[in-house]
Amino acid sequence: MEYISPEDTPVTSTRILCCQCAVPIEANPSNMCVACLRAHVDVTDGIPKQATLFFCRGCERYLQPPAEWVVCSLESRELLALCLKRLKGLNRVKLVDAGFAWTEPHSKRIKVKLTVQGEVIGGTVLQQTFIVEYVVQHQMCDACHRSEAQDYWRALVQVRQRANNRKTFYYLEQLILKHKAHANTLGIKPKHDGLDFFYASENHARKMVDFIQSVLPIKCQHSKKLISHDIHSNIYNYKFTFSIEIVPLSKDSVVCLPKKLTHQLGSISPICLVQRVTSTIHLIDANTGQVCDVSSTVYWRHPFTPICNPKQLVEYTVMDIDILKEHEKKTFPGQGIVSNKHVVADVWVVKSSELGLDVNPVHTKTHLGHLLKPGDTVLGNITESDQPDVERGLGS
Amino acid sequence: MAVRVQFENNNEVGVFSKLTNSYCLVAIGGSENFYSVFEAELADTIPVVHVSIAGCRIIGRMSVANKNGLLVPSSTTDTELQHIRNSLPDRVKVQRVEERLSALGNVIACNDYVALVHPDLDKDTEEILADTLDVEVFRQTVAGNVLVGSYTTLSNRGGMVHPKTTIQDQDELSSLLQVPLVAGTVNRGSDVVAAGLVVNDWRAFCGMDTTSTEISVIESVFKLNDAQPTAITSTMRASLIDSMS
Repeated sequence: MEYISPEDTPVTSTRILCCQCAVPIEANPSNMCVACLRAHVDVTDGIPKQATLFFCRGCERYLQPPAEWVVCSLESRELLALCLKRLKGLNRVKLVDAGFAWTEPHSKRIKVKLTVQGEVIGGTVLQQTFIVEYVVQHQMCDACHRSEAQDYWRALVQVRQRANNRKTFYYLEQLILKHKAHANTLGIKPKHDGLDFFYASENHARKMVDFIQSVLPIKCQHSKKLISHDIHSNIYNYKFTFSIEIVPLSKDSVVCLPKKLTHQLGSISPICLVQRVTSTIHLIDANTGQVCDVSSTVYWRHPFTPICNPKQLVEYTVMDIDILKEHEKKTFPGQGIVSNKHVVADVWVVKSSELGLDVNPVHTKTHLGHLLKPGDTVLGNITESDQPDVERGLGS
Repeated sequence: MAVRVQFENNNEVGVFSKLTNSYCLVAIGGSENFYSVFEAELADTIPVVHVSIAGCRIIGRMSVANKNGLLVPSSTTDTELQHIRNSLPDRVKVQRVEERLSALGNVIACNDYVALVHPDLDKDTEEILADTLDVEVFRQTVAGNVLVGSYTTLSNRGGMVHPKTTIQDQDELSSLLQVPLVAGTVNRGSDVVAAGLVVNDWRAFCGMDTTSTEISVIESVFKLNDAQPTAITSTMRASLIDSMS
């Protein structure tokens, strides 16, 4: 505690005796020495020396009454502001300085050191420093309370792909991250064959469904469950569920098309490769270079599945390649579009594991004629006819 | 000797009483406690009189007095003036003054020989003051305050002034008054010394809040420890009465 003289007393002024302890002092408005004044009055009187802060353990936020929860780190400006707001009676004195006194972070105690100036008897200004101790008590915030009660979501989007090869699904994950489509989710839970996305409102869930619909061929089912309703006000409380099934196809899957569908798609060969999966499925015939697009509606009318998965692919080495001449290409009336980005070629390949052994190269056809050179390694799988379908170049 | 006293829970005893070497005026209060204290200390030497001025109890601030006389403001009623005249010794001159600054006790401080007055006091009042109280009059201020009567307490042996009075001012006043002066407080640090303290040459009465430090300052500056009523009124009285009988 320091005494601050309200004005500069001239040197010539007389000294009087402190009225309590008879120490000679300069006359001041209370005519007491600092020690006596301090014993006599307490400017911090009426300011509580202990207070309580409420802290939510779940989200690590502090309660700012009446109902706001704010994030503040220890010894931050925000926390100091919060602490000072909790103190009543500070408006009666002038706050000069405030700061944190160190406390052990786990002690649930926050100590704030305050310096205040207050006016005492007859205009004397006293400055005093004191420490206020805050006890941090736990109180669960509303948001945490809801999530703890499993009552926090209104809508659920179940995304599933029932396939061995989950490439398309991983592609979807990357798309979601890229477009930040998961911004409004309350939670994401991995489930067998896919993911569950939880939302606070149906609109957020619908937005997610629309996003997935725009990037992948899917089938969507919508259902709702009545949780409660008010018969007087016609208010219904539902939980909504969107079940999304992604096509079980991935890039480079080999598929076998139903005969009816091959007719619709320009008499493409039933054994095709999936070239790409976007909002539609892009198929290519490796033997002729003929391409076609299958939209999601068409797919779900005539669903087909991959006939082999990538684990069955075997590595081959290209021994020789012979690009098909224009007149050698087979065409027929009613044929669909033939890709002009791909070049159909005859290749002779040997299994990389049997390279060097005395085996005859296997003859097959590929649409990667513009890429492959002798010596390149490729992946292919053996079909029943013992002819590898060259699917993918691995590079030389 | 200094005595602590309270007037109806109020420590400003100088407001409700007036003490001189030849008489004492006390306000009419709800209870007689205040009066009893004065009477116990003074009744065997000087008269202690119940008085009101203009119907008010604040007689100490309204009037100015020494052993020679008493000045009261013009608002004093005839009945009150008559009562005062009847109660006081005959040689005490009682005078009513027409003065704009009607709280005479606040604007005039005096002992039996000199008076300090407010610089703006009326010329006529000053003359009446000099005649009635038989004092030399000086226009002065104390520590920059014009209310010299409030911030100064005087007796013939010493005086106490406002605590902020500088050494030079104290020396100057002291040479005018011809008594030693000290800056001091009463009632636990109050600087209106005349309101908290009444004093004559052998007794002082101060507010109940006055600390022992302040009492010791008062007793030393007014030389109350060795002070007694004059020999004629104490030690010689018995023999005089004996001789007269």
